[in-house]
Amino acid sequence: MTIPAPAGASALAAPLTSVEALVDGLGSVGYIASRRIATALYMAVNLQKPILVEGTAGVGKTELALSTAKLLGLPLIRMQCYEGLDEAKSLYEWKYGKQLLYTQILKDRMGERLADALTMHEAMDRLHGMGDLFYSEPFLEPRPLMQALRHDEGCVLLIDEIDKSDEAFEAFLLEILSAYQVSIPELGTVVAKTPPIVFLTSNNVRDLGDALKRRCLHLHIPLPDAELEQRIVATRVPGIEQSLNEQLVSFVQALRTIDLRKSPSISETVDWARALILLHADSLNADLVHETLNVLLKFEQDIAAVEPQISQLLQPA
Amino acid sequence: MQHTLEEFLRALRAAEVLVSPAEAIDAHKAVAQVGYQDRQLLKDALCATLAKGEDEVVRFDRTFDIFFSRPAFTPRRKDSAPPKEQPPLPEAEGSRLVEMLLSDDGSGLSQAMEEAARETRVTDIRLSTQRSRVTRRMLGAMGFDEIEQAINAARGRGDSPGEELAEQLEEGRRTLLAEATRYVGRQQELYAADGGKLSREEVLAKKALDAMDLDAHDIAAMQAMVRKMAKRLAERYSRRRRKAKKGDLDVRRTLQRSMAYGGIPFVPMWKYEKQDRPEIVVICDVSNSVAAAAKFLLTLLYSLNEAVERMDAFAFSSHLISVNDVLKDNTVEQAIVEVLKRIAFQQTNYGQALQDFCDQHLHEVNRHTTVIILGDGRTNFIDPRMDLMQMIQQRSRAVIWLNPEDESRWGSGDSVMHRYARFCHVAKTCNSLGQLERIVEDVLRSYSPH
Repeated sequence: MTIPAPAGASALAAPLTSVEALVDGLGSVGYIASRRIATALYMAVNLQKPILVEGTAGVGKTELALSTAKLLGLPLIRMQCYEGLDEAKSLYEWKYGKQLLYTQILKDRMGERLADALTMHEAMDRLHGMGDLFYSEPFLEPRPLMQALRHDEGCVLLIDEIDKSDEAFEAFLLEILSAYQVSIPELGTVVAKTPPIVFLTSNNVRDLGDALKRRCLHLHIPLPDAELEQRIVATRVPGIEQSLNEQLVSFVQALRTIDLRKSPSISETVDWARALILLHADSLNADLVHETLNVLLKFEQDIAAVEPQISQLLQPA
Repeated sequence: MQHTLEEFLRALRAAEVLVSPAEAIDAHKAVAQVGYQDRQLLKDALCATLAKGEDEVVRFDRTFDIFFSRPAFTPRRKDSAPPKEQPPLPEAEGSRLVEMLLSDDGSGLSQAMEEAARETRVTDIRLSTQRSRVTRRMLGAMGFDEIEQAINAARGRGDSPGEELAEQLEEGRRTLLAEATRYVGRQQELYAADGGKLSREEVLAKKALDAMDLDAHDIAAMQAMVRKMAKRLAERYSRRRRKAKKGDLDVRRTLQRSMAYGGIPFVPMWKYEKQDRPEIVVICDVSNSVAAAAKFLLTLLYSLNEAVERMDAFAFSSHLISVNDVLKDNTVEQAIVEVLKRIAFQQTNYGQALQDFCDQHLHEVNRHTTVIILGDGRTNFIDPRMDLMQMIQQRSRAVIWLNPEDESRWGSGDSVMHRYARFCHVAKTCNSLGQLERIVEDVLRSYSPH
């Protein structure tokens, strides 16, 4: 039950041979992945499909792309999406200034070259012979998407927060994501020699179109369970005491059961752990939590809601 | 194995995980990559290719677990002693099923059942009324009758081992029957459970909002539908809208831009026309007479609040209060409870409510504002204050009145809806989700360029 290795598979690094290897590999660059995450990534590489990563803010979506690039030793090209992002900023633009300069040089030189041409016809012939450089590679300003396609050794392309972009842009992405190619009217089609590994991330600001979803593999990163989160904190904050780690993770896990406007996610936990290390804390107590709560919770109402319960939340720890 | 996957995809579709042919191909490729050996790996790989959203992942997990669970035959003997050597049974000969029953071969039985299920196409089951027939057919294919014969033959021997054997077979037959019934039931759930859901949603959309026969489940489903609708509306209308005034050159910006190219206007800049974002004031009746519909009106209010950038929301029964902060700080359910707690279910007084509104908030109404009133227009014979209504109409861009009551009842009893309607640009009956959706969309569309 093997299918012929896809083009470019020979270039696959060792970490991509199996899901287990991928989990270990990601671990070695500091990303603790659950099996589901690793499997999705494994499938994305092997099926050569873009991968759409969803989850609440701070859960490690962008980090996954960064770690993958690091693990595979590939360059990372990042494109941040926003409302109003268009082709000129994402794909390519012509270097107008240079083109302008070129025409001026051309004008100067033209007199010289055409001076000895006797007839109009001959002049035109010579003009054609000078080469049509105006719309050509040297005047092309590649933007992130184009850069990604032109990396011959492959790269990791991160299209961050795709949900912030307009629907029109989403539609424009479809060609790139399904065929790894773009058409430039003046030059022709640019095809990627090695398809990049594409990550799209979404915070679910709006629902993405079905067409885009269908072209991608989907990965939803949930908030981690206690055991996984402890490992993440231990990796991200080296030098943290095991007992403090356990305590703070169970506190955060308890916080997530409360109905808050913004539950703390992994990045908040890590920030908090770092803050506690800076304060030379070796265990949690109510005062300490009280003082550092603003690292975990980003809304005044949330802090107000949690404050009276701090000692109660610390109890099971 | 391909057949298994096809069946699984069908089960997924039944569970409302939408699987397109392209994704089906992906799934096949994924399986070719990972194989069937590692269950967790297979699950994760298929999940990545097939489930395309948080809720779809949940449904996928559930379907996967049900689909790839085998019929479970628990060993009858609780003690762990290996089954004692049976004397050769002439009765069992020629019947695999009887043999397996006697030797307690759980996995063998499961496999036999799956084979029989495939043979008799159990997965085609649609209706729960088909269950018993399908079960019988499947058991028949497994050789259920052979057990009967074996029992009879054992009884026929007339000695005590024979009797014991018959007992054992009887018990085996009972477990087999129970397991088969469960298996078929599960298949029916898998393939047919959600098949009817779409039509159910359709039915709900047509159902009157204040109908008495809504159970808790229906209400939850309706609220989910309202929220879905709101999210769609929000997507479409919350974006900043700019429309190019085609052909109108923005001289200032073009010249600015041209500096980079030595004064040659290389990139022409065009003028834009900003589109108004909808500015909406909603006044919602939550008094006794619209008690049942109030919840949905409030859900709509909440949804609108999410969809529209600038909205002021008010609720009233005997007097009027602003509910902006309530809607902003709470979830839908909490917000509804909170609003109802504050002012709900008192005597309606439209006159007073309009008075309150005009006293405190009329200055917010201007020519960009659309005023939406949700209510039945039943005034309890109190002065309806038509003068205030007229004032609101004159100041605002549009007044839209959505009434849960049917038009034929407007003006009957204490309803002055027909009089209010004169001061509305649109006055419509709105007592089902379907109507609600259409109207809301119309309202919002009137602001967008197309």
